[in-house]
Amino acid sequence: MYPPAFDYYAPATLEEAIGLLDQHQGEAKVLAGGQSLIGMMKLRLAQPAALVDINRIPNLAYIREDGTFLRIGPLTRINDLHASDVIRTRYPILYDASGEIADPTVRNWGTVGGNASHGDPGNDLPACMFALNAEYQAQGPKGSRTIPARSFYQDSFTNVLAPNEVLTEVHIPKAGKGSGNAYSKMERKVGDFAIAAVGAHVVLDANGTITTAGIGLTNVGPTAIYAAKASEYLVGKTGTPADLDRAADLAAEAAQPIADNRGPVEFKREMVRVWTRRTVRRALERAKGGS
Amino acid sequence: MAIDVEEAASTVSSNSTRTIHVTVNGVRHRSTVDARMLLVSYLRERLRLTGTHIGCDTAHCGACTVLVDGVPAKSCNLLAVMVDGRNVLTVEGLETGGKLHPVQEGFTKEHGLQCGYCTPGMMLASIGLLSKNPNPTEDEIRRGLSGNLCRCTGYVNIVKAVQYAAKKMQETPKGGA
Repeated sequence: MYPPAFDYYAPATLEEAIGLLDQHQGEAKVLAGGQSLIGMMKLRLAQPAALVDINRIPNLAYIREDGTFLRIGPLTRINDLHASDVIRTRYPILYDASGEIADPTVRNWGTVGGNASHGDPGNDLPACMFALNAEYQAQGPKGSRTIPARSFYQDSFTNVLAPNEVLTEVHIPKAGKGSGNAYSKMERKVGDFAIAAVGAHVVLDANGTITTAGIGLTNVGPTAIYAAKASEYLVGKTGTPADLDRAADLAAEAAQPIADNRGPVEFKREMVRVWTRRTVRRALERAKGGS
Repeated sequence: MAIDVEEAASTVSSNSTRTIHVTVNGVRHRSTVDARMLLVSYLRERLRLTGTHIGCDTAHCGACTVLVDGVPAKSCNLLAVMVDGRNVLTVEGLETGGKLHPVQEGFTKEHGLQCGYCTPGMMLASIGLLSKNPNPTEDEIRRGLSGNLCRCTGYVNIVKAVQYAAKKMQETPKGGA
C-alpha cells in the first residue's frame, strides 16, 4: 500500500516548519515518528496535501527536569522515554506506559509529541498526561502558548491546536515528596491498543493523606478521559479499600466505551473499575516508597 | 559524499519527489524518489533488495524490519525520504566475506526458521536487541522481539537462535553488526 501523494518538506528550524504549516492552511500535517500517521495515510484515513517532517530539526528530543517541571521534547522517542532513569525512578507512570505502547520496534520511531497529540483514543500517553496534570506548550506564527492536557482533546483525532501550531514541549509538574503514579494497560496482544487502560497519580502528605490525585482512562471514549470525579473524590482520603472501591466506581461511570471487537460495553466498564482500583493502589504503594 | 550507485536523476522538479542519499549495506546510493515511497518499496523495487519482506503492510508483523543507523525500524511504516542521509542495513548486508553473521549462524544451527518468511526481520530485530543487551534472558528476548510475528509459531527455536548468537558474539567481540 502506498500513501496518497503529498508535498514533502523537511525544514531545518521550527520557525520554518511553522511557516510551512501556516502557508498550507490546514492542509498540512506534521510528520514526527510517523508510526500512526503513515499507516493512516496508507489506509486513506488521512490524506494531507503536505507533510512537514520535523525529524531534521535539532534540539526537539530531550528529557529535562528543572525546579518546576519535567520537560519533554516532542521528538523524544518512546523508547528513549522508557530508557530514561529520571522517568523510571521519578515518573514511573511514563515508564509503565512507554513499555506498553505498540511494540519495541515501533517505539524506536514513535514520539512523545506524536503519541500525545495524535488524538487516537487508544494512544496511551494522553491518559498519563491527564493523571499528571501535564500541560503542552504549542508554538505558532504569533508565539507560544500553554494548554492544559485536560482541555487539549476535543474529539477523536481533533485537538485545540490551530493548523499552524506545533506542540513544542510537554510540561509535567515536578515530582515531589510523596508522589507516586502508575499506568496499567489491558490488551489482547502485544502491539494492540488497550481494551482499557488506566493512569493514576497521587501525592501524599506526611500523614499519608492524599493531597493531589489524577486518574486518566485510555480507549474507553472518543478521546482519553480525565476521570474528574474519581480524582477529586480521592483528595483528603488515605486510600483505604473502601476509598479505592468508590474511586473505581466513579471512574467506571466516567468511561464512555463502545462495543467493538475488544469487548462489549459492560465488560470494558468493569475493566475500568478493576484496573482503576489496582492502578491507584499501585500509585499509592509507590508514593509510600514501594516500587 | 562519494556515490557508488547513481540512478537516473529525475528532471521533474516538485515537492512530491526528492533526491535522497542513503547508504544501504555499505553502498552509497543517490536516488530520486516519490515522497510517498515507503522505505520497504525503495529497498525492494528500486534497489532490488528483496530479502526485506512485506508481511502485514500495517506495522504489526515486523517482517519488513531493517536497521536504520543501527536501530530496528519497520520499513513498511517509514518513508524512504525519512532515511535521507542515514545508514540502512538489510538481511543482504549481514554476511561478510562469505561468513554468516552470528545471528544468521544461530538461526541455522538452532533451526530458528520454518517457512523463513519472518526470518530477515526477525534477525535484524535480534541484532538490534543484542546491540542494546548483549546477554539477554529468555524473557528479554521474547519481549525484545515482540514486534515480530512468526506465523509458523517457531518461537522456541528463535529464542535459542538469539541465545546462540549472544554467546557467539561475546566469544568473538568483533562478530557484531
